[in-house]
Amino acid sequence: MYAFIARRILLAIPTLLIISLFVFSLQKLLPGDPVLVMAGEERDPAGIEALREKYHLNDPVPMQYIAWLGNALQGDLGISLRTNQPVLSLIAEKLPVTLQLAVMSMTFALLLGIPMGILAAVKKNTAIDYVASVLALSGLSVANFWLGIMLILLVSVHLGWLPASGYQPFFVDPLLSLKTMLMPSFVLGNALAASMMRHTRSSMIGVLSSDYIRTARAKGLSERSVILSHGFRNAVLPIVTLSALLFGELLAGAVLTEQIFTIPGFGKLIVDAVFTRDYAVVQGVVLCTAFGFITMNLIADVLYVLLNPRMRASL
Amino acid sequence: MSAIDTPETAISSPTNRAWRKLKAHKGALVGLGIVGFFTLLALAAPLLPIPDPNATSWTAIRKAPSLLHPLGTDELGRDILARMIWGARASLSAGFFSVTLAVSIGVPLGILSGYFGKWFDILVSRVTEAFLAMPFLITAIALAAFLGPSLINSMIAIALSALPIFVRLTRGQVLAVKTEEYVEGARSIGLGPVAIMVRYIFPNVLPPILVQATLTVATAIIAEASLSFLGLGQQPPAASWGSMLNVAKNFLVQAPWMAVWPGSAIFLVVIGFNLLGDGLRDALDPRSA
Repeated sequence: MYAFIARRILLAIPTLLIISLFVFSLQKLLPGDPVLVMAGEERDPAGIEALREKYHLNDPVPMQYIAWLGNALQGDLGISLRTNQPVLSLIAEKLPVTLQLAVMSMTFALLLGIPMGILAAVKKNTAIDYVASVLALSGLSVANFWLGIMLILLVSVHLGWLPASGYQPFFVDPLLSLKTMLMPSFVLGNALAASMMRHTRSSMIGVLSSDYIRTARAKGLSERSVILSHGFRNAVLPIVTLSALLFGELLAGAVLTEQIFTIPGFGKLIVDAVFTRDYAVVQGVVLCTAFGFITMNLIADVLYVLLNPRMRASL
Repeated sequence: MSAIDTPETAISSPTNRAWRKLKAHKGALVGLGIVGFFTLLALAAPLLPIPDPNATSWTAIRKAPSLLHPLGTDELGRDILARMIWGARASLSAGFFSVTLAVSIGVPLGILSGYFGKWFDILVSRVTEAFLAMPFLITAIALAAFLGPSLINSMIAIALSALPIFVRLTRGQVLAVKTEEYVEGARSIGLGPVAIMVRYIFPNVLPPILVQATLTVATAIIAEASLSFLGLGQQPPAASWGSMLNVAKNFLVQAPWMAVWPGSAIFLVVIGFNLLGDGLRDALDPRSA
């Protein structure tokens, strides 16, 4: 098992290196001199030369990359132009907000997607299955920022039930925090719920037609026990893996959701950085997202092996 | 009827069979209808008797839908219907162009990588995996940010973000196809690698790519709308559905119709492409009857 995990971690290293190369070369896409962008209003030649020295911009490009990577590995992702804070501490500050949003969205997706998927599989080709499929298709096709806008219009503006924006840290006022995050997590989680429903349905349909389900029925077990203990337990495996994979996807979806509901998280950080031309922050966020995404892929792989006895035996 | 049908079925080509299955697929037909409708609308925009989409009018600011302006007007008094129709051009062309670009680079790369293998395959596969490890939208935002905001740049950003999906898919298909007997047969009669790839491999890897391309158009349209919504795509005063929503969110209380239409259009078009993609998948699957 440990050898398997170690091998997977080793395999992630070249992937991360390629991503770092991509993130580094992004700044080379910038038209003009990056130092002039970095210096902003400051046009003092000595200051500009100091910046050039600091970021090794007088060196050949491969050396620049190595210097940049070396700094990144030590946690130095540069300084934000806008706030003068180190990029890493800026990200660390915003991450808990986005994590709360992601966890709530995931919970919502699981609570809605899995029961709907089971129901659709058990009632295959009935009206219930049909309605669930249409709902899932809609969930996958709606632009989540538009859904957010429409919900604000309906729930906040017309009905006045929930606040339209703002953020309350969970440990300061848990109830208010959950309340303000309710709509955003629905918006972020609904596409996930749709995806979850589709996978649960197809996985359950596969399992329900297998021999051991027929045996369980023949033994005279109740339908509930057949579906939940014998059926779902075996169908849950791909869903666990999917959840870990989709959790990374949530980080990306959070960009728009946080923008709509003005939640001061990770996603809003990258958008604000884009508009203030705070390129070090953009690069830092992309790098960290990729890192998080790869970690989640790793966890998905490990979970898959842990939960699947046949895979475990082959290690 | 059946007397005419039977001989036709007996000699039908795979394309004919797929087309017949597609025509029998209700969802696919609905999808095709929606996609066709919006494509026609987008193509015909300059010919339609609608007002200039960028003509402002200080006397018609944020007017609710009426006979004169069926979908209402926006914050500068521009006709929303006209902007919706011109916006369809931006959204659909973003979908088509970015996917065409991704396919025309990704598929040859995937074929070369799968067919030749060795170091080239290792290099391409590693880079593809790395890019697949980054969320689609984050890559697109980062690229659009560094390329500069414009509709063309957002299309390039979306194309580059979608590229690895096509490389991986094509490569996998090629690996499955290249050991088939007909490829070996082609090699044994002395055909060169280029002829084999173009005449024998490409047609056989095409069906799944077609399905993926259709579904990716849906993703690309949402991505373009997202980028334009963030201000990284279509620039004012030109209209796209995403940029219309970007402005509309500031007038939710005063003019909710400004937000309702563009979002509904995105929703409909994306459903259309998703339905069509699902239908194509069923129709092109040789295992299904």
